[in-house]
Amino acid sequence: MITIEQVSKKYKGADMFSVSNLSLQIHDKEIFGLLGPNGAGKTTLISILCSLIKPTSGTFSINSLTYKQHKNQLKQLIGIVPQEYALYPTLTAFENLKYFGSMYGLKGKQLDEQINNSLEHLGLLKFAHKKIGTFSGGMKRRVNLIASILHNPKVLFLDEPTVGVDVQSKNVIIQYLQDLNQKGTTIIYTSHHLNEAENFCTRVAIIDHGKIITKGQPNKLITECDGAHNLEDVFLSLTGKALRDHA
Amino acid sequence: MHKLLASTYKEFLLLSRDIGGIAILFIMPLVLIVTITLIQDSTFKTVTDVTIPILVVDNDKDNVSTTILNGLKDSNAFEIITKSHETEAKDLVFKGKYQLAIVIPDGLTTGLQSKIDQNVEELLAKFSLEENTKKENTVIEQKEVRLYFDPATQLSFKSSVKNGIDKMISKIETQSIYQAFQEQISDDPSEKIFETDSFITFKEVLPENKQEDYIPNSVQHNVPAWTLFAIFFIIVPLSINIVKEKSQGTFVRLRTNPVSYATVLGGKTIIYLIVCLIQFILMLLVGVYLFPAIGLPTLDVSGRLPLLFIVAFFAGLAAIGLGLLLGTIAKTQEQSAPFGATLVVILAAMGGVWVPVFIMPKIMQTLSHISPMNWGLNAFYDVFLRNGTLLDLLPEIALLLLFFIITTGIAIIYNEKKNAV
Repeated sequence: MITIEQVSKKYKGADMFSVSNLSLQIHDKEIFGLLGPNGAGKTTLISILCSLIKPTSGTFSINSLTYKQHKNQLKQLIGIVPQEYALYPTLTAFENLKYFGSMYGLKGKQLDEQINNSLEHLGLLKFAHKKIGTFSGGMKRRVNLIASILHNPKVLFLDEPTVGVDVQSKNVIIQYLQDLNQKGTTIIYTSHHLNEAENFCTRVAIIDHGKIITKGQPNKLITECDGAHNLEDVFLSLTGKALRDHA
Repeated sequence: MHKLLASTYKEFLLLSRDIGGIAILFIMPLVLIVTITLIQDSTFKTVTDVTIPILVVDNDKDNVSTTILNGLKDSNAFEIITKSHETEAKDLVFKGKYQLAIVIPDGLTTGLQSKIDQNVEELLAKFSLEENTKKENTVIEQKEVRLYFDPATQLSFKSSVKNGIDKMISKIETQSIYQAFQEQISDDPSEKIFETDSFITFKEVLPENKQEDYIPNSVQHNVPAWTLFAIFFIIVPLSINIVKEKSQGTFVRLRTNPVSYATVLGGKTIIYLIVCLIQFILMLLVGVYLFPAIGLPTLDVSGRLPLLFIVAFFAGLAAIGLGLLLGTIAKTQEQSAPFGATLVVILAAMGGVWVPVFIMPKIMQTLSHISPMNWGLNAFYDVFLRNGTLLDLLPEIALLLLFFIITTGIAIIYNEKKNAV
């Protein structure tokens, strides 16, 4: 279980908190969606949970472990799929995956099999020995995902894993994530695709200005919101229709 | 260890896929060392092989000017072009057409002879060897050999020419004095009263190598200096490599992986150290095989290879430490590349790669001691020129190793502090 208690984050020179006094519990084997407009604080929250940035205040734990005390254990426990393609463009898909798998202590035949199985599941086996630089956006997204799950993490963080990909790739990615969840992986993901989140997540939280403005099961949130037919209606009703451009 | 090996292999793959980068890493240092050695060698040869055309205006046309002209010709350093007017010669030199014009004044020989005769007669009269009583001395006008240099001429060239001509004139004066005494004392011109050969001579004693005098050439001087310069340039591609990792997101992924920054840097260190050593081997091969083929002296590495590799290894480590630190601190390639290149040039200048440390101002001599290139250069000179042993190299290689440890340590601590959670 992930327990977040009154976590806040204010970047240097910023006027406002990106995450403000946020408390949340995410249960094991959930698919939890963090939804919100641009600049709402979704990526900041995920970055804090993945130890990429330090919170200004507050505490959090993953399976009762904290980074201060169990840094390496926690890193072994989680996987993160960053928003950008965190891959070496001049290496092949297989070489990239072999390297990142090795960083989790995986090696030899077991690692090779794990890579090949994952590539096969995501329809990339025949491109295993092609350089990442030659891949389409959707293919890169899938390799990006595999690089994060080779060590079978208990908790997987995904920051907009389906952004900029075609419907087919998106479908394969979502299906694969659901399979992982079935096998016991807790998934925390951010997305702007509200229809996708509505169908995919067991629970969502809508964040705005660094605070959770509502959370619950998608269907329940739709029912509770007057005149809402889907999660997008709920979202717009709670966050408004004004543009959220940030510089 | 497994993670370090995987990181090393990844760095190898990244480097091997960048053909342009490899070409730059290996070919540019070779081009640098060949170009610089050719230039330095020709500078070295300006007083031996290469002849520089100079203008001479001979208004004397007598013994002294003939002796000066013969001296200039015999030096094999100059091609004498005679002009009849000083103004013409001066204009040509000041326009940069020639490096130097020498104007020998009218009546130099007769003037010098008269002055010396006058002095000798006066001296002998004082010792009462001269029969005549005191004569009224006529005033002999001083003569001036005028030198015109192209304003762009380097000071070192000016100094060597001035010294050479000064030495020639002194010799002529001395011989004329001996001649005058000879004529006054003896009636027989064939009688040799004075031994005019120099009494004091000098000999340069060189370090012995295998019981033989070892004469260093320009290549022995240049190759270590410029090899070191090339080795230190590794900080540019290395820092770019690290900055690229940060900008392409792979570093973010690595930060979430259970791998230390030291391991990530370890992989880079191993591969880039191998690159440094390959660069070094290529430069030695160029010195040994290519240089003689293009008319340069051969680089003599006989019996020195193990020590040379030890120096190259530690110099490479020091360069890599600096590259790791720069790459860790820099945020963009625009920061790391120009800064890295400029830093190498500054360290090279401070370290004595271009100008020997002993002729630098005091403050720069002191500062040179903190340049890792100075430590590396001294270590190379110990091996190449001073026949140093491993024991002689220990202080320098210890400093280079310490520099690597400190710079890498700062890089790791900086990264930990910056990304502390």
